[in-house]
Amino acid sequence: MPGGNALRFLRYTVVRAVTQGLAVIVALYITILIVNMGGKLDDIRRSEIKLSVATAITTNPANADLPPSVIKQMIEERAQLEYRRLGLDRNFFVRSFEYLTTALSLSLGRAEYLFSDSGSREVRRIIAERLPSTLILFGTANLLIFFLTLWVGLALSRRYGTWIDRLVVSLAPTSAAPGWFYGIFLLLIFAAVLRVLPWGGMVSAPPPENPWLYAASVLLHMILPVTAMVMGSFFSGAYGRRTFFLIFSSEDYVDLAKAKGLSSRALQNRYILRPTLPTIITGFVLMVIGLWFGAIILETVFNWPGIGRLYYQATNTSDTPVVVGVMVVYGYLLAISVFLLDFIYGVVDPRVRVTGGTQRRL
Amino acid sequence: MRRIFQMLRELRRYPSAVGGLALIGLLVAISIYTIIAIPYPEAIRLWRGGPGVWDDNPRNAAPVWTDLFTADRLPRTIVVDNAQGGTKTVEPLPDGRKRIEFALRFDYAYDRFPSEIVLFAQAPAATETPMRTRYSVLWRFPNGQEYQVASSRSMRASESYYISQDLSLVQNLGATGEYALFTDPAMKAVPVKDRAPLKGEYTVVIRAEVPAEADFNAKLVVYGRIHGLAGTDHRRRDLTVALLWGTPLALVFGLVGAVGTTVITFVLSGIGTWFGRWVDTLFQRITQVNMVIPTLPVLIMIGQFYSRSLWLMLAVFMALSIFGGGMVTYRAMFLQAKEAPYIEAARAYGAKNMRIVFRYLLPRIIPVLLPAFVLTVPSFVFLEAGLAVLGLGDPILPTWGKVINDAQSQDALYKGYYYWVVEPALLLMITGFAFSMVGYALDRVFNPRLRTV
Repeated sequence: MPGGNALRFLRYTVVRAVTQGLAVIVALYITILIVNMGGKLDDIRRSEIKLSVATAITTNPANADLPPSVIKQMIEERAQLEYRRLGLDRNFFVRSFEYLTTALSLSLGRAEYLFSDSGSREVRRIIAERLPSTLILFGTANLLIFFLTLWVGLALSRRYGTWIDRLVVSLAPTSAAPGWFYGIFLLLIFAAVLRVLPWGGMVSAPPPENPWLYAASVLLHMILPVTAMVMGSFFSGAYGRRTFFLIFSSEDYVDLAKAKGLSSRALQNRYILRPTLPTIITGFVLMVIGLWFGAIILETVFNWPGIGRLYYQATNTSDTPVVVGVMVVYGYLLAISVFLLDFIYGVVDPRVRVTGGTQRRL
Repeated sequence: MRRIFQMLRELRRYPSAVGGLALIGLLVAISIYTIIAIPYPEAIRLWRGGPGVWDDNPRNAAPVWTDLFTADRLPRTIVVDNAQGGTKTVEPLPDGRKRIEFALRFDYAYDRFPSEIVLFAQAPAATETPMRTRYSVLWRFPNGQEYQVASSRSMRASESYYISQDLSLVQNLGATGEYALFTDPAMKAVPVKDRAPLKGEYTVVIRAEVPAEADFNAKLVVYGRIHGLAGTDHRRRDLTVALLWGTPLALVFGLVGAVGTTVITFVLSGIGTWFGRWVDTLFQRITQVNMVIPTLPVLIMIGQFYSRSLWLMLAVFMALSIFGGGMVTYRAMFLQAKEAPYIEAARAYGAKNMRIVFRYLLPRIIPVLLPAFVLTVPSFVFLEAGLAVLGLGDPILPTWGKVINDAQSQDALYKGYYYWVVEPALLLMITGFAFSMVGYALDRVFNPRLRTV
């Protein structure tokens, strides 16, 4: 019944979209509550403003002759004006929903303390400025890791039990340590002892004028962080993929195909890669989402001017709009990708039927 | 259960698992020793430092074993005070004060210069007097030459005289104290890098004029360049304390985190899948919301806005991880297991819901849980370290991550204090690898589908 299927499909789509959307809203609202310390941050801001207003008025020589009661009133009035300018005169509960709607509408508002290199206070610009550096570093590293582990895993699954297979398996525990941890060692060896590679940052200072030299400098600065990330996940990744492919190549239909006398390449492409595609795609999509947040710690260790570093600076200065802005971008991306994944499954894996959702595999 | 123990016994065939278990045993032994040798409050007191706790330690000193790798004999810290040997002469002065004189003697036989020289002087009086104590310090070199380091320096009850920071030495002897006072004063014009320390017995003569009711004591510390098994940090703290205490903290953090999240997720997803309907839907929705909340950023926010307590961080991280990826994975497995014939049978003879969940459903998946659980431990250990590296470590607890963070903020690598970074990092790595080695071996033992390949 194609008609009934289409209807079910539509219902399923709507339900998934709505629940995923609700998930983003709830997650964002929780973020907003945390960042504002449940409204306590507003109190802190108010007292900060009052203090600066008070010092400005009392240190002004023009006010020296005024009686204290007048000065007190002046401070109060000026502070109230300032509260109203920053919206601090309203209840936090109301403000929190305003934050939520600005966040959801993606007009991310203006930063409180941080500004972009061009001097803009717009959160959107600040994020846009940092995004390329995160993308270039984590894009390179993750794509490298993804395709390298895929290829190595596939190759190892066909060489099950050989010395190279055993080597990779025995090296898998090295991935217990995350990339930033290897980063520290790499900095120790190549920057501190050998002094051949830079300590961190994205380009040498001052940045070269020539675009080619600029690119070369960026590449040079990328060597250590990319190596660190690869070291942090290559072996366990390859091990995981190898095991995964091994399990799939022990399925009956693979044996049948083998018995039919198919070449190993055809076997690999049609009978092993095809059914594993959904999982591989999931891995890829989740990796792409993971890119956005970069690795905050890795960016800190290598002083890389990306989104993770921005996020960290924003929390350090309690810059609520920027924190929320970064989280919004992340939340949307994650929600959209999870939503899309369901359909990709349906397209590439005929075994997963788009029904009530009980058959979902992730 | 017996099947699981049988499988665990099979671990003996894997050298990596045996090695990993041995390492874990060693770490546990270190933890037990640490907790007994340095009780918790004592560890916190030591790590906080403060006046008097680490005064006699050199700053940024390498561990003593670095001496084995250098051709020169590296200086160790020399502490001399007048309580140990030497005679103290006291003579009254006509103005009602008295003069106290004594000499501090020490041998210097090292091939490099010390790192710092400090004189701690004390003039304890029964009552507060308006009169000041004045004292002079005369430095006598092994070759008999003398140099007046300070004359008539005034102080009240106590003073730390940082001799190596005294600028008059640079003026008169051409180098800061630690170099000037350990070379022949005649070498004034020779730049520091061309000097070699003068070996032999040094004498520091201290003469003080003190109020009648006061006493005068002094302690000279010639700080070395190596100290202790692990070296010291920028606040003179002995790193051994942090390295030792980091072990139980890392193990507890890792194990509590891993056991907590894995077991809770496992049980909840089992219950959710078994009961289905709204329970399952609720758990799925929570998971959906939770997956959109990125964990590390939330932890950073908590650390920045609320508290940096290690245990609060652990609690938050666990809360965020319970409804995470594991929920989805386990659910898929439970959905399969739920349809198994033996569960059908259990239901047929009238077993209660909870009995089915805990006696039949959960045990079936335990083999999958075990490797995953062991492999989660390192991620928690490194999570703590990572938070500390971001500067969000617990301010009072001495953890490995905190040591790395201190080292980074003091530019340890740039200045060449490699031990400061390498020691905690190696310990972290050993812990991570140990659990990970066991985990991967377990994975191979408990993954029966692979063994048929």
